[in-house]
Amino acid sequence: MSEPLLQLQGVHTHIGAYHILQGVDLTVPKGELTVLLGRNGAGKTTTLRTIMGLWQVSAGSVTFEGENIGLLATPDIAQRGIAYVPENMGIFSDLTVAENMILAARNAKRAEDIDPKRLEWVFGLFPAMKRFWQHPAGLLSGGQKQMLAVARAIVEPRKLLLIDEPSKGLAPAIIQNMITAFQELKRTDTTILLVEQNFNFARQLGDQVAVMDGGQIVHSGAMADLAGDEGLQQRLLGLSLASHQ
Amino acid sequence: MNSPATTAIEPLPTVKPDRLPLMLLPVLALVALPLIGSASTWVTLTFAGLAMGMIIFIIASGLTLVFGLMDVLNFGHGVFITLGAFMATSVLGLMTGWTTSTSLLLNLVAVLAAMLVAMSVAGGVGSVFERVIIRPVYGQPLKQILITMGGMIVGEELIKVVWGPEARPLLLPTAFQGSILMGDAAVEKYRLISVVLGLIVFAIMTWVLTHTKVGLLIRAGVHDREMVESLGYRIRRLFIGVFVVGSALAGLGGVMWGLYQQSVTPQLGSQVNVLLFIVIIIGGMGSVTGCFIGAMLVGLLANYTGFLVPKVALFSNILLMVIVLLWRPEGLYPVGKK
Repeated sequence: MSEPLLQLQGVHTHIGAYHILQGVDLTVPKGELTVLLGRNGAGKTTTLRTIMGLWQVSAGSVTFEGENIGLLATPDIAQRGIAYVPENMGIFSDLTVAENMILAARNAKRAEDIDPKRLEWVFGLFPAMKRFWQHPAGLLSGGQKQMLAVARAIVEPRKLLLIDEPSKGLAPAIIQNMITAFQELKRTDTTILLVEQNFNFARQLGDQVAVMDGGQIVHSGAMADLAGDEGLQQRLLGLSLASHQ
Repeated sequence: MNSPATTAIEPLPTVKPDRLPLMLLPVLALVALPLIGSASTWVTLTFAGLAMGMIIFIIASGLTLVFGLMDVLNFGHGVFITLGAFMATSVLGLMTGWTTSTSLLLNLVAVLAAMLVAMSVAGGVGSVFERVIIRPVYGQPLKQILITMGGMIVGEELIKVVWGPEARPLLLPTAFQGSILMGDAAVEKYRLISVVLGLIVFAIMTWVLTHTKVGLLIRAGVHDREMVESLGYRIRRLFIGVFVVGSALAGLGGVMWGLYQQSVTPQLGSQVNVLLFIVIIIGGMGSVTGCFIGAMLVGLLANYTGFLVPKVALFSNILLMVIVLLWRPEGLYPVGKK
């Protein structure tokens, strides 16, 4: 495992009266893809939102590149090089694909200001974005919206990508496309923290894995170890790999 | 460079632009024509309605964006209208020689000076209002309503302290007075000017919203402000900017409304306030285009019913709002908020 880029230590998060994260300890190594697994309500999305500053940390620390970002505002966290793709994709449906991308490229005022090489690379990953460049994002299919959400996160180099359930609600063919795109992203040494419930999707991509339950990390280690241990899967996730193949 | 997601390209559904709300304006005007009977009267009333609608739009456009961006219900918006109108009485009062001159240029300079001063003062007071009144109650709608209404009352009383409680005249400069004939119809020059000015403001606003990064951020923020922040932008700074511009536009609208009525009272803002909320609700809260159409509908309907059935004119706007909301419960152009 390479050096940590992001570390959560004893992180607690309250949402109103609810105590959601109850001492999360998580390490995301630099240049690797870490998958956060767990059942519904385990606290996966809350973990990403807490890292992003969208929920306030009640206790504990969130350290990014050695700096505690736990009390920073969301824009400050984003400006440190963290991109977030929420579960609902966060697409601005009234804006065109191009306008969505211009907003994601913070220094771009027009589409021409986006680094053309980077844009071509993104188009290589997601050709639909080029084809529908001037179309309203609201007209895209679910899979295309997910591609736009990821494309937006990578239109400029980021140090860390937080991606929440990218396979959710997508057709198997689209999921396979997403896997291929993420594999290409991994080749660029991008650090990714991916929340997933689809273990088959996760095991094809993950270098590291952490499993959440009840607002805590109950297991962490190499993905290969979990993928190769059906008993562990059943104990942690209540599933067998065979059922997902 | 590989193309991993090639198979995901599928045709987009074709969705026709929603032009139905736009059609309401010509439909309303055409329905009114046979009821009014006289084409010249219809032309006069239509221009009066459009002029009134344009002024309402200028005032309400900032209010709708303020709500769209931060869900802030500012019932104190009216105070900027009154402030703008009273500033104009002071500025034009100092330039009487210019406003009574027969020179169009001098008249224009005087009115433009009044508008600029009114916008600057209303914008400046708007920034203080946002800091002192609005900021402490972000995300608390009930408190927002109460405290902004309180701000409105305090503002109104302060205006009385400075300018007095009585109505003050705000006379049109010489070159703006009178009418021009369009066939048999007499159309007041000032109403034409109001229509042109309103169209210019609408065009500028539309251009900014569609062709600039700030405009993109405003549109995106109205839709999903959390995501805008996650992209690294400070939505509160954007909101303050929109609030100040919205207050300045209300000040401009106040000057135009005062000149339209040729008199200004400290109650002007609170009287117009109700109309503003009707307009932004009809248009779809947060939608500038909806606000524009809503304002035109309100202006036209008020003038047509005022001529045809004066008693109905008292509640025609409420009636219009009820009909629109029965048809489209979120307004003519609902903003797809997250």
